[in-house]
Amino acid sequence: MLCGLPVILVLTWQGLFLYAGEEALRSPAETVLAAISLVRTELFWNHLAETAHAFALALSMAVITGVALGIWLGYHRLSGEIFIPMLVGFASIPKVVLYPLVLLAFGLGLPAKVAFGTMFGVPPIALSTISAVNNIRPVLLKVGRVLGLGPADMVRIVLVPAVMPEIMTGLRLGFSLCLIGTILGEMFAARRGLGYLLMTAIGLHDVDLIMALTLLLTLFAVCASAVLLTIDRRLRRRL
Amino acid sequence: MDLGRLKNKQQKETFLAPLVSLRQVKKVFPPVRGGNPVHALGPIDLDLRAGEFFAVVGPSGCGKSTLFELIAGLAPATEGTIAFEGKPIAGNVPDGIGVVFQEDSCLPWRTVRANIELGLRKSRLPAAERDAKVGKVLELMNLTEFASHYPAQLSGGMRQRVCIARTLVMEPRLILLDEPFAALDQQTRLLMGEEVLRLWRAIGATVFLITHALDEAAMLSDRIAVMSARPGHILEIVETGWPRERDSRILEDDRFGPTAAHLWRLLRNETLRAADAR
Amino acid sequence: MRAKWRIPLLRLLILAIGVGVLEVLCALDIIDRLTMQPPHQIFLDFIHLMASGAINQAILHTLKNVVIACAMALIVGITFASIVHLIPPLREVLDLVFSTWYAVPILAFYPLLIVVFGLGDLPPIVIGFLQGVVAVIVSMLDGLDRVPRVLRKLSRVQKMNRLETALLITLPAAAPWVLTGAKLAIMFSIIGVVASEFLMAREGLGYELSYAYNNFDNARMYPIIVLVIVFSVLVNSLLFRWEAHLLRQRGLRS
Repeated sequence: MLCGLPVILVLTWQGLFLYAGEEALRSPAETVLAAISLVRTELFWNHLAETAHAFALALSMAVITGVALGIWLGYHRLSGEIFIPMLVGFASIPKVVLYPLVLLAFGLGLPAKVAFGTMFGVPPIALSTISAVNNIRPVLLKVGRVLGLGPADMVRIVLVPAVMPEIMTGLRLGFSLCLIGTILGEMFAARRGLGYLLMTAIGLHDVDLIMALTLLLTLFAVCASAVLLTIDRRLRRRL
Repeated sequence: MDLGRLKNKQQKETFLAPLVSLRQVKKVFPPVRGGNPVHALGPIDLDLRAGEFFAVVGPSGCGKSTLFELIAGLAPATEGTIAFEGKPIAGNVPDGIGVVFQEDSCLPWRTVRANIELGLRKSRLPAAERDAKVGKVLELMNLTEFASHYPAQLSGGMRQRVCIARTLVMEPRLILLDEPFAALDQQTRLLMGEEVLRLWRAIGATVFLITHALDEAAMLSDRIAVMSARPGHILEIVETGWPRERDSRILEDDRFGPTAAHLWRLLRNETLRAADAR
Repeated sequence: MRAKWRIPLLRLLILAIGVGVLEVLCALDIIDRLTMQPPHQIFLDFIHLMASGAINQAILHTLKNVVIACAMALIVGITFASIVHLIPPLREVLDLVFSTWYAVPILAFYPLLIVVFGLGDLPPIVIGFLQGVVAVIVSMLDGLDRVPRVLRKLSRVQKMNRLETALLITLPAAAPWVLTGAKLAIMFSIIGVVASEFLMAREGLGYELSYAYNNFDNARMYPIIVLVIVFSVLVNSLLFRWEAHLLRQRGLRS
């Protein structure tokens, strides 16, 4: 049954292709070929390196900010009561509307892309960290107090290990949002990167390139998510 | 209430047809994922007399709850027959049987009143009569002032009362209780026990109680079946001989100690024997 | 009463300080006018723009698409989840799909959708739908899983048929989770639709925004940003409240 899943997806794709026609779509086989030839070009690797650089920066910023914010708001009651609703509100905003602001503040280029990716990634990571901190068994915190741990040790020895599994869940969501944020940033705020490549392909109506890029992006996201999911499950088993 | 009259009444009832009768009832669960089939229960022969308070005690995992589900019609027996008022129970809950579960089964999105009305859903009573019935049950269970509360606003004991009330409004002739007080603290349990005794006398139904608490069984029941370890069968049926008018003060009675001790002796031997066998 | 208002007041105070700081920065020309208007100017522009009715058409257009996307996500999601819940092997396979769904950058499919469906309303609606539908399915399944077993037994003891069980037991029991799903679906469809419109479209708030941005029309751009933010936050907080009420009624949250 599980092996049937990719087959079903490919068949659906093929069906859609037959429905939409050569003008609009490419068949799975053609797309794979296009993707392979794309991967062979140096141009692709240059753009990919650019995107990977921005994405890595954005993701690490999002994780650091998100986890720190989450632990603070989850642990400190008053701050939590004040800021969590604001954070939830921020999460519900279509981030693209803030796009002009980011561009005006950072100008075209790497900082804008990173800021954009970070902005997308922070809310899910922070929110799941908050829920993780709130769900810690109170007895663990009492143990920490009984052992006389200071605030720093409390975070390092009790809080972080205890919230790890739930943070991983947030990380999975944050990962994909951060990726889409970076790509979106590139679509408008850059002259390099996969997002820029995608934007040019749309401009040129280069369906081969659009589909090949979408396929590669999706494959990358799914593989990364599978890895994170495995780590997630392993961490959870320990609890 | 004098004992003589009670004995007389019970004797009279034994000549009548039993309310519930189990004949050679067995329950075997099919194997799960390549394991062996589990022989959970039986064979069991048992008659419930109309109007009595009957309890079942047994070591944990002995199939008490399985027995309960069989009589409630929630699960079919693998072998043997179960009859309620002479008609066989075949995997369906018969009319006239009210069931109260161990877990809180109040519908949390309905008020107390709406929860109780659930039982009258099928009866085509005029609204006024329906309200009167619900009102009577509310009063009987001392829930009147909580009628428009939601279950979440009540304590565990109160919620279990709502579940009992929901059963009572259907006017059952047999009430099945599956460890209904297991989640309550000891004092609440004793008082809830008194409450059930009061109801039992007031409505004249037969009560069948599953419990793991020996004192509870000994205090409430006319007869107590002690079950063996799995596959559960009945080791002995103990008659308490308590008067019908009784409450938790029966704990002070000289005969209470020996009765509870007798139950514990049976159970202890059985539990130890089962542990040795393993 | 005092304690109840303390937190919202503090929150308001912090927001006010933030706005005040922006105002000062703008007044001191640390933020120049081309980058950002001072907040009071944005506010005036906002009033002006809303009064002029110039973007009413765009608002309605976006709202319509959001409602369609969201309704589709709810209908399809609830139906689909109810069916999948009955077929465990299918469920097992689909769980994998659901858990990776939001790892896929759904918005990346937007160019493809434009290629297939053209530059009409359909691509933003499809993006909004795809963003929302899985959230509905996942929370509905979660809700169905959490219907206590004793309530299923109760439905038999109360001699309910399938329809009665669904209407009196299963659906109300799953209601808070359906609501959670609906909340996410609404949020995600707003995000999906506005983002798609911003990327490429001929109509809608997102389009107006990107148009204003490309023409350096700050008097129009900032009010639209404010409008979208205020609208999303408002909708979100209303749904949040309703959800909290439902959970409180059932004693699931204090």
